[in-house]
Amino acid sequence: MIHSSFTERNLRILFPLPAIIFIALLMVFPVLYTLCLSFTNWNLTSGMPASFAGFNSYIRVLTEPRFLHALGRTFSFTLFAVAIEGFFGVAIAVILNRAFVGRSIAKLLLLLPLVATPVAVGIVFNLFYDPTIGLANFVLDSLGLPQGQWISNSRSVIPALILVDVWQWTPMITLIVLAGLAGLSDEPIEAARVDGASEWQILRYVTIPMVMPVILTALILRLIDALKTFDIIFAMTGGGPGYASETLNIMGFKYSFEYFRMGQSSVILVALFLVVFLCSLGIMKLRATTEL
Amino acid sequence: MNKKFVSNVVFYLLVAIIALVVLFPFLWMLSSSFKTQSDITSWPPQFFFSPTLQNYRKVFEEQDFLKYFLNSTIVGGVSVGLSLILGLPAAYSISRFAQRKLAVFILLARLMPGISFLMPWYIIFSRLDLMDSYVALILSHMLIALPIVVWIMSSYFSTIPRELEESAMVDGATRQYAFWAIILPLSGPGVITATTLSFIFSWNNFMFSQVLSMEKTKTLPIAVYNFISYAEVDWGGVMAAAVAIMAPAIILTMIFQKYVVKGLTMGAVKG
Repeated sequence: MIHSSFTERNLRILFPLPAIIFIALLMVFPVLYTLCLSFTNWNLTSGMPASFAGFNSYIRVLTEPRFLHALGRTFSFTLFAVAIEGFFGVAIAVILNRAFVGRSIAKLLLLLPLVATPVAVGIVFNLFYDPTIGLANFVLDSLGLPQGQWISNSRSVIPALILVDVWQWTPMITLIVLAGLAGLSDEPIEAARVDGASEWQILRYVTIPMVMPVILTALILRLIDALKTFDIIFAMTGGGPGYASETLNIMGFKYSFEYFRMGQSSVILVALFLVVFLCSLGIMKLRATTEL
Repeated sequence: MNKKFVSNVVFYLLVAIIALVVLFPFLWMLSSSFKTQSDITSWPPQFFFSPTLQNYRKVFEEQDFLKYFLNSTIVGGVSVGLSLILGLPAAYSISRFAQRKLAVFILLARLMPGISFLMPWYIIFSRLDLMDSYVALILSHMLIALPIVVWIMSSYFSTIPRELEESAMVDGATRQYAFWAIILPLSGPGVITATTLSFIFSWNNFMFSQVLSMEKTKTLPIAVYNFISYAEVDWGGVMAAAVAIMAPAIILTMIFQKYVVKGLTMGAVKG
């Protein structure tokens, strides 16, 4: 090219450069900084500068039962929430996947939980769950069932929080699967119908398998976000009662901004980082090999 | 015929149940925001009551919610604007030069837990005396908005045929000029999607603002959260605050419904 100026020749570097520098400064550098801090036992309130402490903080945190419980809770919260969201999300998509009066309104309604501010959602559910004035106990009461403690009991707090996550994020799966269903070709379905397959058989053996890649992608997106769930837990229980709803994210937050034990909090953050990173990586590998 | 009627009834019943489950928390929030404290705390819960505006008066007069509203708007608006400036050229480059590794690098910011940047930011911004500043808050929210902009716009640019800028380049235009004068003007729908979604995510963000902002730059989610950290919960006030914070995001969603759906579902469906 005749006009090939310096800018034009190096466009593939110059165009993304500002974004790269920004991400390097605000993401890569902080993550490396966290990694360094995890080898200290720096406490911000002590007034002492950070000094190298080897694996001291790692040993302290990794042998702490509170950490192991938070780790396990992060996984159980995520798996149950995403499994329930997957089931209802796909079921609702299958139900709504036809032309009907009010379809566009139904789709708008499904969007609302997704854009609702999570902190505010958490507070609204706090009102539902309130043991003395909440609607949740009123419903149980009217059905003649014993009242529940919901988020004030260490046994029911995680299921109660999962319910909130399910309410807010099931529509995400539904909308993704609906978009996937809309992109399917009618031919295999028509062929199955001509061959005398029942509606259930068509759904089970034709439609669902065809839309499976989309379902899996939706579940992966949810899984990665669910591992990092923070807002609703922090707003509703702050990790309590006791530590009963403390996930890695909440625990890391408390170690950082309530106890100011930066060395140990860095270990928790590295752990959470690895959990999210390895889960995403593992899923991608799995998908590549199974070709789903 | 009869069987079809029954199946239709079942179908609309199911749709009604789904709609009710989705809507109910919103309706309860809205109705509670018009209740007095004694109506909210009475047992059994009141479905019929005489509405009052006192909660909204309290939120906007005593709590200075307008200030927090403005803070959220400034932080969201500026961080989305700057993310577009950084993100559009990057997204174009990713799309045209097939820079997959770069795309993954930028998307990592969306994937990774925010708290692993937040803790170091807290230390760094404190040292730089930037706590409770718009600068720190906007930078942090840009890390939310930028990956969304790049993610949405790089797929959007890929739907625009290369021939458009290539024919302009044959006629002597530079590629950067072609991007500016030909591609960007065609990118309206993509930019609307990216802008709406990233603004809503910034608007709803709690964790970054909770740590980096204090009285001066406090955003709405923090103001709502602070409502419940007082000893006795003023439920009516909290619900009015919750309505106030959700309303703008919901109105935006209603206006740009199609774009929001596309933005939330595009990555998955393209596979």
